[in-house]
Formats: sequence, structure tokens, C-alpha cells
Amino acid sequence: MTIDMNNATAVTLRVNGTDYPMLLETGRNLLGAIRNEVGLTGTKEGCDDCECGACMVLLDGRPVNSCSYLAVQAQGREITTIEGLAHGQELSELQTAMLEAGGVQCGFCTPGMLMSATALLERNPSPTREEIKVGLGGNLCRCTGYGRILDAVERTVTIR
Amino acid sequence: MSFSIATTVAQALTAIADGARPIAGGSDLVVGARHGKAPLPDSLVAIDRVAELSEIEAGADGTRIGAVVNHARLMTDPIVVDNYTALADAAALVGSPATRSVGTLGGNIMNGSPAMDTGAPLIVMGAQVELQSAGGVRTLSIADLWDAPGSNTAAADELCTAVLLPPPGERCGSAYVRLEYRRAMEIAVVGAAAAVVLDDAGAIVNARVALAAVAPTIIEVGGIEDRVAGRPLDDDGRAAVAEAASAQASPISDMRASDAYRRHTVGVMARRAVDAAVRRALGEEIAVPVNRALGIGAA
Repeated sequence: MTIDMNNATAVTLRVNGTDYPMLLETGRNLLGAIRNEVGLTGTKEGCDDCECGACMVLLDGRPVNSCSYLAVQAQGREITTIEGLAHGQELSELQTAMLEAGGVQCGFCTPGMLMSATALLERNPSPTREEIKVGLGGNLCRCTGYGRILDAVERTVTIR
Repeated sequence: MSFSIATTVAQALTAIADGARPIAGGSDLVVGARHGKAPLPDSLVAIDRVAELSEIEAGADGTRIGAVVNHARLMTDPIVVDNYTALADAAALVGSPATRSVGTLGGNIMNGSPAMDTGAPLIVMGAQVELQSAGGVRTLSIADLWDAPGSNTAAADELCTAVLLPPPGERCGSAYVRLEYRRAMEIAVVGAAAAVVLDDAGAIVNARVALAAVAPTIIEVGGIEDRVAGRPLDDDGRAAVAEAASAQASPISDMRASDAYRRHTVGVMARRAVDAAVRRALGEEIAVPVNRALGIGAA
């Protein structure tokens, strides 16, 4: 895509602990900046309308729909994407639980689900199943029927 | 296009005086622009990092809630949950965890949607809105903030800086109940808030009811006190509340509900809101949001 230099602002986004300087138009969404400027494509574009949660990232630990958040507003914040959950080649407990519970089918919602669940477990380390449902309320899945995704989050709580 | 980040109210007001529009989480502004509802303003000032706008302060004169306090905080803050419970009920129903982490109280009321969840609770609790501009500060009753769907009466150079709530009294209770078809990412089909004050014997001294999504703006139901005051809430009182709410609603039909269905169900929600508010005033613990305790919304 073309960037109109006259309308672009020089910003630095900190994604998964690394600083990425870039030029951004004010109206550019955070999802586009992460995927196209930073080059991390684990964060998905689903509805592109703040409804489905596929684009979920964490901003200072809080879940945010990156499709509908201005990238320039994320300056100075800590952005965490799905690529930031694993430690090197070692998956997080939640990622492992998701695989073991069979919570992944087509996989498109999975990064967003994992980011919402990560935020939930950060503020509530042992949620009830009902609290897990509320925590994942902004994430749609059209394959699994949700049961195994909820199982995966519950399994993470048990493992811990 | 220009964009700046304010860290003080003074910086924000200077930018606004120069023509910038304020943005907090952007959950209305950005989504609206992407829908083509209204283009993103040419000049924006981000106000979500202004510390003065992020505080909840309780004092003898009441409680001041900064305009950029988000819904996630409103639904859990002890001052709000204990004293202004209907507002916590409403905040807990907004969108999803992501919506609640970026969406702010100031944004919700200034956006002026007739279906907003926080508006009806603020009316029944007697909220005032604080507006500041480079020229000074004024407060107005929250009901006077709205004049039409998606519109407010603030001048272009005024910034909503806080919502002011009167101090809570003894034996007070409030609740916000909404009809919803699903439990997340939902907009009120209809909603109702109630606030009541009881005497030592449990009789109603004062009661107010306001409605969401049944008129061009959030509206207060007139004559509630005459129908329920002077005695404990009974079935006649509940029926009178429902009847008044339905009668005073002027709903539209749209993809979410017909006008007739809205008119009927807003009475049901108003009755349930008054009932929950009275139970809370009597000391019963009903967890926030009251919708879950009442089993509203698909499981």
C-alpha cells in the first residue's frame, strides 16, 4: 500500500518487547500496522468490524480489537501478539492446553482466543467456567462449538 | 491529518480549541469511520492518557468519575459497585472484555446512542456532566446532554471531563436490566434502570426509572414516585411501573425488535429493575450485572 508521507506520522510501536519504528497515517488500524509494517501475521483479520475477536492483541495486558484501534494510539504501550506467547520454541501452558484439549479446528480464531484467554488468566488466575465464557465473550469460533476451547482454558488452570 | 497525545486537560483543551476532536478508546469513532458513518476527523487529540480524567474520587459532595474511566473499571470499582450499582450493571453488559477495556464512560455518554447502557443508570442516580473548554467549565444535568439520536448538546470546543454523582444515602438501591438476545457483543434491545430510596420500615420514599432504546434519547419515566411511594414495593407497584414505562416509550421497529415488542418488554425490564433495586436497598446481595442473576440472555 502507498503511504502519503504528508499524512504519515513517525511512530515507534513496541511489539512483543521489540521496538519497531515506522511511518503511519493517523487513520491506520493497529491490525494493519502489526501485519504489514511489523510483519507478524499471526494476528488475523476476521470481520474487520470489532465483532469477531480474531484480531485480538494485548495493549499493556488488556485485550483490544486491533482492527478498530488506531495504531498511532498504541505508541508507548506494550503490544503483545500471539507470537509473543511462546518462549522461544516452548509453547505457553495455555497454547499447550489448547492443542491437548483439541480446541483448534480451522485455527483462524485461535490466536484471538489465546490472547483473550491470556488476558483473562492474568487478571483472574483461576476462573470458573462461567467466568471463562465471559472472558472469551468477544471471540467467535465457527468450528468447535466452543466446548474444547473452554476445556483448554480450564485445563490450564488445573495444570497450574 | 494531525494527531497528538494529551497528558493534561489543558493540553487537550488547547488542541480542541484548535479544531481537534477528542478520542479515547475509539470504539465508537473508529468503528463509525470504518463503517462510513462519519469520516475520521482531520485532527485528533488522544485523551486516554490524561491522568486527571482517569480518576474515581468519592467525597462529601458525591463521587466524581473521570471521563476516560473505562467500563472494565466501572464494573469492578468498589465505590461504583457499592453505591452506584446500576452503573456497574450497565458497564458489565457493554460489548466484550476488549470493548470494556477501551470504551469509556465519557465516550459512551457523548456518543449519545439512544441504546447506550450507562445513560439510564446515570439519569436515575441524578448525575451531572462536567464540560470544560478553554473558556471555562460548566455542569449540566445528564438528561440535558442529549437532544437526538447520536447527538449531544455540548459545544464543539467543549470536552466532557467528568460525570458527577450525588452522595449515596441510606437504604438506597439501584439496578440496570436490559433485554438481550446474547450475552456478549450485544446492544440493548430495550433497557431500564431504577433507583430507589426506602425508609426504615422498607417503604419506598423515592423512586426513579429511566429507559434505553425506546425513544430518540434515554428518557426518564414520569410519575413513578406517585405510583409506588409510601408503601413497600408490592405487585400493584410493580404493575404500575411496567404500565408507565410501556406507556411512555416511543420505540421504533428495526432489525432487533418491533416497536410493539419493545413497548411490551421495556415494561417488563422496568419492573424487574425496580424489583432488583428494592432488593438491593433492603440489603440483599445481587451480583453485578443483575442480568445474570435474573437469567436474561441466551445461556
